[in-house]
Amino acid sequence: MAVVSTQLPAQRRSPGLVARLVGAKSPLETKQALWGYVFLMPWLLGLTIFLVGPILISAYLSFTEYDVLSSPQFIGLANYARAFTGDKQFWPSLGRTLYYSIVVVPVGLIGSLALAMLLNQGIKGTNIFRTLYFLPHLTPAVALAVLWVWIFHPSLGPVNTMLGWIGIDGPGWLTSKQWALPALIIITIWAGVGGNTMLIFLAGLQGVPKELLEAAEIDGAGAWARFRNVTLPMISPTMLFNLILGIIGALKVFTLAFVATNGGPSYATWFYALHIYNQAFHYFRMGYGAALAWIFVVVLMAFTYLQLHLSRRWVYYAGESD
Amino acid sequence: MATQSNALRGLNRAQSTGRSRRAPFRGRDVALFVLACVLSVIFLFPFFWTVMSSLKSVQELNTFPPTWIPQDPQWVNYPKVLQRVPFLRWTYNSLLVVFLATLGTVLSASIVAYSFARFRYRGRDLIFMITLGTMMLPAQVTLIPQYVLFHKLGMVNTLYPLWLPAWFGGGAFAIFLIRQFILSLPRELDEAALIDGAGYFMIFWRILLPLCKPVLATITVITFIAVWNDFANPLIYLQLPEKFTLAVGLNYFKNFPEMGGEPTQHLLMAASVMMTAPIIALFFATQRYFVQGIVLSGIKG
Repeated sequence: MAVVSTQLPAQRRSPGLVARLVGAKSPLETKQALWGYVFLMPWLLGLTIFLVGPILISAYLSFTEYDVLSSPQFIGLANYARAFTGDKQFWPSLGRTLYYSIVVVPVGLIGSLALAMLLNQGIKGTNIFRTLYFLPHLTPAVALAVLWVWIFHPSLGPVNTMLGWIGIDGPGWLTSKQWALPALIIITIWAGVGGNTMLIFLAGLQGVPKELLEAAEIDGAGAWARFRNVTLPMISPTMLFNLILGIIGALKVFTLAFVATNGGPSYATWFYALHIYNQAFHYFRMGYGAALAWIFVVVLMAFTYLQLHLSRRWVYYAGESD
Repeated sequence: MATQSNALRGLNRAQSTGRSRRAPFRGRDVALFVLACVLSVIFLFPFFWTVMSSLKSVQELNTFPPTWIPQDPQWVNYPKVLQRVPFLRWTYNSLLVVFLATLGTVLSASIVAYSFARFRYRGRDLIFMITLGTMMLPAQVTLIPQYVLFHKLGMVNTLYPLWLPAWFGGGAFAIFLIRQFILSLPRELDEAALIDGAGYFMIFWRILLPLCKPVLATITVITFIAVWNDFANPLIYLQLPEKFTLAVGLNYFKNFPEMGGEPTQHLLMAASVMMTAPIIALFFATQRYFVQGIVLSGIKG
């Protein structure tokens, strides 16, 4: 009895400082909360050391001139001014990257959706086809670039050989100023269309209620009408997810261009991420590179915001009332 | 979670049944099957070409018009790669980085996920939102300051920068996936163990972690493939050939086609095959987990 009488008041006591700090109401909750922080610790450290810290440092560096060896010199907005006015490759590399993304993202999305719909028809060997379409996406980007250099070889590659059969004199592809960018677009689509995007669409398609499709069919809706009025609205959240990931992925294009063309010929495939890399790690202009990276973040965020904003008009969430 | 599991079940059903569940309209199915086969050829052709090229001699690789099947397959190209470049060394480096990065991701992400899923404390939801937000953050912003950090630590030209960060939570994606999984496990398990006198770490290690095997397998496979294929990070941190991972090694090899006076394009193709083959084999062996993880990540929870 004595134990009970001493413990009850203790539990009723207003929470101590630590308890209030961690948002707990009882000693047990306090203990629990403290353990929560202990287990969170690796990530708190990781966030600080590898994300938040670098973000702050990167913001600071973007106002400095810094070559890693000597200490950073504060130069105000000079890096940004230089990007917008003094850097001959800034606007072209940004434009090229946008051009690449504007082709790759929609074609990739439509292609992935088409593949997913094909795989959703229940034809024989679906499992095998899905795996085969996925293989390019698994290939290391560096190996991919190496092999496509040979496939697009102007005279010894199979692409131009096959074009020759139908009487077309194929271009120099990766060695041609005019065709290098389209060639990289073709490679990207080949490698990406059957990848994650397709799998996510496939899962989205599986989530479309069959009763709805059947009801539409009974009402006399044709295949296109069913797709347009049932399937498409039901998978619109998946579409948005894939769209945003697609844009972020496309704008970051780096390895393929670095290995296959190194930005050439004569800057034809000099993408924005390549520009950042070269400024920072080739010329060791870390401050300038950081400024370029920040401009990139603003562009990315603008795109993401725009998509999320526009999506209100076309994304349908099943739970919402209409 | 309900949507997720429904969609997954649906996906698995479509995979396992394979056959048409619609009206018996054979012509349409045959047409679709043929279309699927044609697409397979388009997706597989570059691999076919690479393997064929890797078996040609330099002379045959440079003949016009190109041959489709090597007349005299040069299997010796493969062992030659090992003589020409430190391929085994690069493989060892890649495997070491992959092993340490994957282990770090699985261990640290699961303990952090445990914290998010099972404990209540001030700031938890805010930190979780920030965690999800980091998935949108492009690597470019943190690349330069991280390089500066590792430079100050004297770790440039070592393998540390490639796996050390994975031990600090393993990234938002892994944490998110495991958290979702733990949330689906009954809380009564923890409570029963707690009453039996187990500590929180013991509950995590002995009870939750073994139950998390499926999601941990998913994360292992995804991390393995991502780290094996990573190019940008090793490119920035590694300059000495003996420190290279396969990805940068392959690029280095590509830039010196005339190494030692003899052209090496055919060997480069063989090296590409050797780098790609293990990842394809791994994928075939672990497809289920891989697909599951990607599908889960794409659906609203």
